[in-house]
Amino acid sequence: MTGTQEHTALTRDQLLNAYRTMRTIREFEERVHKEFATGEIPGFVHLYAGEEASAVGICSNLNDRDSIASTHRGHGHCIAKGVDVAEMMAEIYGRQTGSCHGKGGSMHIADLSKGMLGANGIVGGGPPLICGTALAAKLKGTGGVSVAFFGDGASNQGTTLESMNLATVWNLPAVFVAENNGYAETTSSSWSVASDNIADRADAFGMPGVIVDGFDFFAVHEAASQAISRAREGGGPSLLEIKFTRYYGHFEGDQQTYRADEVEHARAELDCLNRFVGRVTQTGQLTRDDLAAVDTEVSALIDRAVGEAKAAPLPTAADLLTDVYVRY
Amino acid sequence: MARNITYREAINEALAQEMERDDSVIVMGEDNAGGAGSPGEDDAWGGVLGVTKGLYRKFPGRVLDTPISESAFIGAAIGAATAGLRPVAELMFVDFMGVCLDQIYNQAAKFRYMFGGKAVTPVVIRTMYGAGLRAAAQHSQCLYPVFTHIPGLKVVAPSTPYDAKGLLIQAIRDDDPVMFFEHKALYDLSGPVPEESYAIPFGEANVVREGGDVTIVTLGRMVHHSLEAAGELAGAGIECEVIDLRTTSPLDEDTILESVENTGRLVVVDEANPRCSLATDISALAAQKAFGSLRAPIELVTAPHTPVPFSNVLEDMYIPDPQRIGNAVKTVAEWAR
Repeated sequence: MTGTQEHTALTRDQLLNAYRTMRTIREFEERVHKEFATGEIPGFVHLYAGEEASAVGICSNLNDRDSIASTHRGHGHCIAKGVDVAEMMAEIYGRQTGSCHGKGGSMHIADLSKGMLGANGIVGGGPPLICGTALAAKLKGTGGVSVAFFGDGASNQGTTLESMNLATVWNLPAVFVAENNGYAETTSSSWSVASDNIADRADAFGMPGVIVDGFDFFAVHEAASQAISRAREGGGPSLLEIKFTRYYGHFEGDQQTYRADEVEHARAELDCLNRFVGRVTQTGQLTRDDLAAVDTEVSALIDRAVGEAKAAPLPTAADLLTDVYVRY
Repeated sequence: MARNITYREAINEALAQEMERDDSVIVMGEDNAGGAGSPGEDDAWGGVLGVTKGLYRKFPGRVLDTPISESAFIGAAIGAATAGLRPVAELMFVDFMGVCLDQIYNQAAKFRYMFGGKAVTPVVIRTMYGAGLRAAAQHSQCLYPVFTHIPGLKVVAPSTPYDAKGLLIQAIRDDDPVMFFEHKALYDLSGPVPEESYAIPFGEANVVREGGDVTIVTLGRMVHHSLEAAGELAGAGIECEVIDLRTTSPLDEDTILESVENTGRLVVVDEANPRCSLATDISALAAQKAFGSLRAPIELVTAPHTPVPFSNVLEDMYIPDPQRIGNAVKTVAEWAR
């Protein structure tokens, strides 16, 4: 796995932003976990808590001309790519004020103006799409890079493997990010992935494959920086395998009887936020007070988002029939 | 100025004119140039039946060959459409939808609705369909009913060179995802096509023959079989009104209902398999909205509920022919309560 001291190169603002975004994702997910238990949130919700270093480590290397495709576990990617947090919460509550006006829900939050092509309810749905945004960037010469986030489950889907092949064949500015949290629903990736590592598959598609410690923001940031620069400079696609543990079940309500005690261990010993705090305070780039101020700010943001979501209007009958087509 | 060109040439001309007009239009598909990475010609084919021939040289960098990876490149066309291009991707035979349908019906078709109206996905997926080339069960199906069922997609099936050009130009300019069905048995059909660019709006059926006795609603290749039958029936004193749907989504209900209200008799001719098909859909429409006008039971002339067979004798029996259409028309014309 890559490990690095590269973080000294990040500015104070960059570090604060990275921390703020990771903390926002964590607070968002912990709060959704709590609120889901009250029965007020409809449908399926898949939480990203524990995986924050991946979304933020990757997306902090991207800008608005870059695109990402996400997964069913998409809240973290959305927040890291700049989707409005209050609108996301309203969407999860099925409200008219939500990111998708209550018509998408947790699994379909998107903001194309930010290059966020959507969370995706189909495992392996995203990689073909980012081949397209990468192709558009290449043909239009925008310099944009496209990133597909997908899980260990999707690493076994044909769409993912076909897309990696196509990305090399067309020499696309693309990065494939396999987020290996150990489980496809209940099924262990150590059983379902036939190769030792997902990253090993990169070789077969003529691209570099790198295994990254997903609890370490700095390791992800550095690996992503290299892959994204390579793509931006015309060097073609890369595959990153980010290894970590999800803190909650496949979805809310999952009793997780298939798991051992890895979550307790990860929360206590490996947690990406704790590690981030330890390192930046040790180097003296940020103080505990700096971070506490962010915590207060984030906590207020999430409180406001939940309050607004609960108070927001529900969609009306008229909303049922709109936005199927641009024109029909 | 109109001159006679083939259905194949009309499609090629529509692509060329739109690529000329709009830099964001690109073409991609298996062998769409033909010969990528090979030692010989690098525009060897222009698609498996030559429809995109010549575009590769005319528009450098904008005609992309692909690996045989329909999920990846159809998905890439869809992704590129969300990012400002207007890709025309070729799904060589619609029978291959089985290896890429997710990208079409769960992604492209649903983006706009799922994302609360914030996505525009102007992708065209051209695809070959239909029986008649002895291509058997996996290269001959119609399958437009599958796509017509899905909200968010538009579905187009031109019957003539004129319509092929005008409907494809409309498809490329359209901001919604469009499935464009090309009947492989029509590629060599010639007809008058204006040289200049023109677009035919979707959802406007074409009354290709007027008549007051029986309404025939049809599309694609079956338009020609229906016209042949109608010509013979006129000799027997039965005047058919033949309606070419042109698009199945949107569907021009008004033209169908107006004709049925006038004739009181309806035959639907559809090359697709009969269950949950255009034929059943249109007969339901007439039964529901023109019940009072109907003077005879509706007749459906369709393929049987079987895969498309190989042997010519079997395939010829499978495809609805003018004689079966004629018999159906006579049945409804002669119906007495």
